[in-house]
Amino acid sequence: MQKIDYYNIDELFTIEEKLIRDSVSDFCDREIIPIISEHYRNATFPMGIIPKLAELGLFGITLPTEYGGSGANYTSYGLAMQELERGDSAIRSFVSVQNSLVMYPIFTYGTEEQRKKWLPKLAKGELIGCFGLTEPDYGSNPAGMITTAKHANGKFILNGSKMWITNGSIADIAVVWAKINDVVCGLIVEKDMRGFQTYEMKNKLSLRASITSELIFQDVEVPEENILNVKGLKGPLSCLNQARFGISWGAIGSAIAVYESALNYAKTRIQFDKPIASFQLIQEKLVWMLNEITKAQLIAYRLGRLMDEKKARPQQVSLAKRNNVRMALDCARISREIHGANGILDEYPVMRHAANLESVNTYEGTYDIHTLIIGEDITGFSAFR
Amino acid sequence: MNVLICISRVPDTATKIVVGSDGKTIDNQGVKFIINPYDEYAIEEGLRIKEKFGGSVTAVTVGSEQSSDILRTALAMGVEKATIIKAPEIFDSYFVAYNLAEYAKSIKPDIILLGRQSVDFDSFQIPSLLAGLIDYNLVTVVSKLTIDANKIICERDVEGGKEIVETNLPCIISAQKGLNEPRYPKLPDIMKAKSKPIEILEAKPTDLKMEVISMEIPMKQRIGKILSDSDEDINELVRLLHEEAKVI
Repeated sequence: MQKIDYYNIDELFTIEEKLIRDSVSDFCDREIIPIISEHYRNATFPMGIIPKLAELGLFGITLPTEYGGSGANYTSYGLAMQELERGDSAIRSFVSVQNSLVMYPIFTYGTEEQRKKWLPKLAKGELIGCFGLTEPDYGSNPAGMITTAKHANGKFILNGSKMWITNGSIADIAVVWAKINDVVCGLIVEKDMRGFQTYEMKNKLSLRASITSELIFQDVEVPEENILNVKGLKGPLSCLNQARFGISWGAIGSAIAVYESALNYAKTRIQFDKPIASFQLIQEKLVWMLNEITKAQLIAYRLGRLMDEKKARPQQVSLAKRNNVRMALDCARISREIHGANGILDEYPVMRHAANLESVNTYEGTYDIHTLIIGEDITGFSAFR
Repeated sequence: MNVLICISRVPDTATKIVVGSDGKTIDNQGVKFIINPYDEYAIEEGLRIKEKFGGSVTAVTVGSEQSSDILRTALAMGVEKATIIKAPEIFDSYFVAYNLAEYAKSIKPDIILLGRQSVDFDSFQIPSLLAGLIDYNLVTVVSKLTIDANKIICERDVEGGKEIVETNLPCIISAQKGLNEPRYPKLPDIMKAKSKPIEILEAKPTDLKMEVISMEIPMKQRIGKILSDSDEDINELVRLLHEEAKVI
């Protein structure tokens, strides 16, 4: 059942959508929440969860069953992301990457041979994928990338590096974006290819239960059959659009987790002989969170329907990602405040979510870049190009 | 082995219950309904029996057409056939048991599984009534089930311990928490369940054996006792904690 549902939004979902949400919700309560703090502390990804996520059908949620997908709609995908991120952004990030950034481009831009070769194994979790777009010097401006591939003797020779790559060091394949004759193209790079190396980026203070890596390519020979059939930035941006959609739902999950924790804490924490929930300033904070979560839910719900009708514009996805992630980050900070000193302990999920959301607010298009995407959409003037 | 699972649709335990204007029913407005939690153990056990011995698993509920939501859950978990026996607005446990019995007679299952109780009215009546009506063996509150050919070995939770009993097929088993860990419905199975039909049958009328006179929300009252710090009262406090509260 929907954890926070002040506006009876539950009634708007189909039975299948609710069943998917509830199933992933139970999964989160039983498989993620009990183990996540320890992984966060130790900065390890819970590898054991991968086959369980696959078993539940969370890899290839919207893809047809003939490729191992679950055949569900985008709203269901969003609800699944919400429930995973209620556990931790690291788990949702893992699933986002596998779905939106690896399986989606192979399904959308891949040949039938590529689809059949990779998708069923990715769906079963036998293969893990990662997505290489961001470079050390090109984050918000991916068009400037300096990773290149040269076509020679029926192969592509890949050179360059990628940074901030989720799942990089544990991935079997990487969907890598590189310039071929100055045009951005996508290549499937396999982990054992000579000249391909990965380094895990250590000492993160956010998304600690997620693996983030650097990918290095030195004269990596990628066979011609591994190129994706798309040219230009629209290739990677279409993938990011999918992932951002999922993040706009995922953030609601984090917000729900920190709100519920704050509400329970406020009702049981006694100061001045009364529960702190009875004080006006605490009530204002709780109401603010509930109000913002409700608005975010309505944005996500409507965007889900637009995605299902294939009518969602990327700018609409930007608005949802921008609003919902900032909302969740604000909720996490306020929830930490309500928890007082206890809020910094990992006995409560609040600080972990707050730290994670700092990354989520930045990755997949920063808050500011999404602002400017919408700004350009409504004024006709680009402020960053 | 053909398995029949009887399930019921109950208000979510986290829902705030309000008594309806007639003072005899609950107000369904804004109430979220779920599958009775004990019935989930019954479904899981039924599916495991089928996976081990073959056969089929059917789920049935007596209630309104809105019960299709809980049957979809059952179908998504792996049940093959689902039936709603459409009941009138007012019915009692006997009505449910009678209609379940009529349905069971029509499909002659080897084993019937159901939750030990429904968490809405907590009457604990259906398993026993059903066993009486169709003359099946009955074992209630089962936390472990082993099937060995025609022999059924059950572990039952009893006050302060376990009881192990043996019976034969056909039989009825009511499920207790701990019987198993119900599976999560998988996403592709949830989508596949969408195309599985849900059969809707009209309930067979029968006289009700019980009438609800009134319903009310329990008042929250704290029965506190305040004692002084005299030696006498301290002895009294120890006695109360030991004999009344039974905590020491």
